[in-house]
Amino acid sequence: MTTAVDLVQDTPFSVGGRTFQSRLMVGTGKYPDNDTMVRAIEASGAEIVTVAVRRVDLDRSKHSSVLHHLDPKRFFLLANTAGCYTATDAVRYARLAREAGFNDFVKLEVIGDEETLLPDVQGLLEAAKVLVKEGFKVLAYTNEDLVTALRLEDAGCAAVMPLASPIGSGLGLLNPFSVRTIKRRLRVPVVVDAGVGTASDACVTMEQGVDGILMNTAIAAARDPVAMGRAMRLAVEAGRAAFLAGRMPRREVALPSSPTEGMLD
Amino acid sequence: MKHTIDIVINGQPRAVAQGATLLELLADLALDPRAVVVEHNRHIVRRPALADVRVAPGDAIELVHFVGGG
Repeated sequence: MTTAVDLVQDTPFSVGGRTFQSRLMVGTGKYPDNDTMVRAIEASGAEIVTVAVRRVDLDRSKHSSVLHHLDPKRFFLLANTAGCYTATDAVRYARLAREAGFNDFVKLEVIGDEETLLPDVQGLLEAAKVLVKEGFKVLAYTNEDLVTALRLEDAGCAAVMPLASPIGSGLGLLNPFSVRTIKRRLRVPVVVDAGVGTASDACVTMEQGVDGILMNTAIAAARDPVAMGRAMRLAVEAGRAAFLAGRMPRREVALPSSPTEGMLD
Repeated sequence: MKHTIDIVINGQPRAVAQGATLLELLADLALDPRAVVVEHNRHIVRRPALADVRVAPGDAIELVHFVGGG
């Protein structure tokens, strides 16, 4: 299939030594049902999908695992440490996830505040250092703070994932300047994670030049998640293509698009 | 009648057969060992070792898997 991105000669997205065609990563939570989830993910074109580690429900069906619906050979499963409020817990969840046996990548979250779900950057750095030492490819969910991003890179993270806005908020990219600065200063991939609400948010985010976006609620909580999955695929491609194309400079005054010569008397 | 011991699985108290291995525990719960990760007293027990580890009274066991998440 020919896409806009093909025409502007993009390079594939690489992280932690793996290469992917899609720059859109999606979560698997909060879908109305599993069939909708699978179709929405297919429509999004995402190859990397995130999953969470939780207790098996001993009293109910043994088919509650998301793996009954997603083929690990087809999708790259990225386990997260969502819900962890300490470095110790996040490390514990990451180890359990790796033991599940798919890969040594982890989307590291250490949450510091229940209302905003903003990251605890101190705990995040602490956990990142431990996990990197244990051979994990750490993709660190963080706020849009350059210094923290630099420290995460120094700690050996495979990617840094600044937020667009709080998890599940759908507020879009609140601080394009900070995200651009992080992208400019880091060598490892920068993937914006959380806060995208609709396709234009995804497009604007990709226009900042970041390497990718991870989203969940924007697709799962749309009225039609499958249609939104497709919209997000197109938006991410469009935003990436626009970034590569190089936008025109902004100017404060108008400049006519039609010739000023040849006007009638 | 078999002797039982009290342990905690996923936060719930349970009585299980004395001397049961982790693998037997999973079988009793109708869980596929390939589909869960077992943590025994905070230590991950790899699949090949599940048949070698026996539970003792008061043990805390966590059985986890992947669920939908962002």
